[in-house]
Amino acid sequence: MTEQVVDRDREIMTVNVGPHHPATHGVLRLVVDLEGEMVRELRPVIGYVHTGIEKSCEDKSYWKVIPFVERMDYVSYFFQMEAYCGAVERLVDLEIPPRAKYLRTLFLELNRIHSHLVWLGTTALDLGAISMLWYCFRERDKILDLFEMACGQRMHTRYFQVGGVIEDIPVGFERKCRAFAEEMPIRVGQYQDLLDRNEVFLQRTKGTGTVSRERLLELGVSGPLLRAAGEPWDLRKAFDYLAYPEMDFKIPVGTVGDNYDRYRVRVAEMVESARIVVQCLDALPGGPFIADDRKYVLPPRSELSTSMESLIHHFKLVTEGYRVDPGEVYYSIESPRGELGCFVLADGSAKPARVHFRDPSFVNLQAFRDMAVDTYVADMIASLGMLDPILGGVDR
Amino acid sequence: MPDAPGLELIRGEIERDCPGAVLATSFDRAQAALIVDPEQVLDALRWLKEQPGQRYDFLSSLHAADYLPAEPRFAIHYELINRDRVERIRVKAMLEDARPAGPVSDSGLPLPGESSESSPPTGEALPEIDSCVELFPTAEAQEREAFDFFGIVFRGHPNLTRILLPDDYVGWPQRRDFPVGGEPVTFTYSEQQYD
Repeated sequence: MTEQVVDRDREIMTVNVGPHHPATHGVLRLVVDLEGEMVRELRPVIGYVHTGIEKSCEDKSYWKVIPFVERMDYVSYFFQMEAYCGAVERLVDLEIPPRAKYLRTLFLELNRIHSHLVWLGTTALDLGAISMLWYCFRERDKILDLFEMACGQRMHTRYFQVGGVIEDIPVGFERKCRAFAEEMPIRVGQYQDLLDRNEVFLQRTKGTGTVSRERLLELGVSGPLLRAAGEPWDLRKAFDYLAYPEMDFKIPVGTVGDNYDRYRVRVAEMVESARIVVQCLDALPGGPFIADDRKYVLPPRSELSTSMESLIHHFKLVTEGYRVDPGEVYYSIESPRGELGCFVLADGSAKPARVHFRDPSFVNLQAFRDMAVDTYVADMIASLGMLDPILGGVDR
Repeated sequence: MPDAPGLELIRGEIERDCPGAVLATSFDRAQAALIVDPEQVLDALRWLKEQPGQRYDFLSSLHAADYLPAEPRFAIHYELINRDRVERIRVKAMLEDARPAGPVSDSGLPLPGESSESSPPTGEALPEIDSCVELFPTAEAQEREAFDFFGIVFRGHPNLTRILLPDDYVGWPQRRDFPVGGEPVTFTYSEQQYD
């Protein structure tokens, strides 16, 4: 679609980017007004992969919602599960055992590394560094192997349950996971050797897409984007959830908030996440991996053949599910993209009356206009990669 | 989170500066909430954002919920964070479902020309609340989402159109009385039935 303006000195051309374009990282459509190579106005159009997950959740009992919400932000599925399970646990006032807390923290941090690897590989690919994609996906595959070993699935694992995790980690997992977590900082160092002083990469990222800290806060942006602008705001430190209070880790922050800072912050976060993984393995407490409250948690399989009571609980939980007293909870965690909040409204029945996700990509996408207007088209593509939206999460 | 007495203190201070703005408080499952008068929601939000010593200046989430069959039916939730004290507070504005006002035709719909300006051209009466985009620019997309799924009109929003659903979509799908729906799927063996 082109639009001709009579003034020949200042010609504005409206160009449509996407929705199917590899550089939009999903099904995102951008309507861009160009003056030559400069972006003068920008309207993101979203909703192409809206599947009504929030509405579908209202039709499922509480425990059946878990696999639905995993499929919103399909790169950080453990975070979606944790946000939802944590919200339901707060609704029913269920304390999870310490081993479950550590296991959840462990898998969340592995997922954070996984998510940042997908981001780094695809974004570096956009900027011309094709080999980065192969290196990043090599390490990502190791994480997926770990997920498969513990959960049986590589993606969308349904590993977190209300009350804990579904299964304990298998024999040999700890050794494999530790080997990965100790190797990861070395690999990150190799990525940095490839990119940190790469002339092309520096030209594409230094000083592009800069948005000030104040403006980002106004726009509700959170996560690595906000930290790259120098605001050390991380929900893992700010609020007390899972095993994070016992972990020793740093919050990487940037200085000016350009695309290069965003890259540096995320790469540094991968190293910190690997440190948390090692600490989780070192301090992993013994004991049960799921709570012992039979009203909400399935009884162990071995009890079903001997205990009538267990059989009744099992039957009730699988057929109807559990009822939750009326109430509402908003629970938020630090996902790889920022604040991931889950709002669950209970009306006393066995199905939630509303499940809403405050998706960080959805809110962060509002900052894209500020990043890209009055820059070159090429810088707009770099900024979009550094913004790291996952359109499955944006559209839900 | 402010604790329960802290919440009452905040309520008392808002009451002094904006009388009648806070209708009630709730402290449930360790989460503090102020239930405010929807007509004065901006006063309450501005007070929380700008009052020295409060500074709840980060709106982390704005979302709507449908409490059918309760009255009032809808609620807009504002999840605010005070980053200095690391505290969260929820502001909740309960909204009545709009009833067609003024002269009504036989079919129950308002007569043409009688509907208020902000309502969509169908003339359907929708619940309304003031937009907080001026205070919190982050609410822009989230208010559009609430409009898209619940049909709640935000007065003063710069561009209140559907955001995730197609522009020609009819209905407000996240309302509790909106059916989940579905359509019959034609399989090869059942094709004859739908001819």
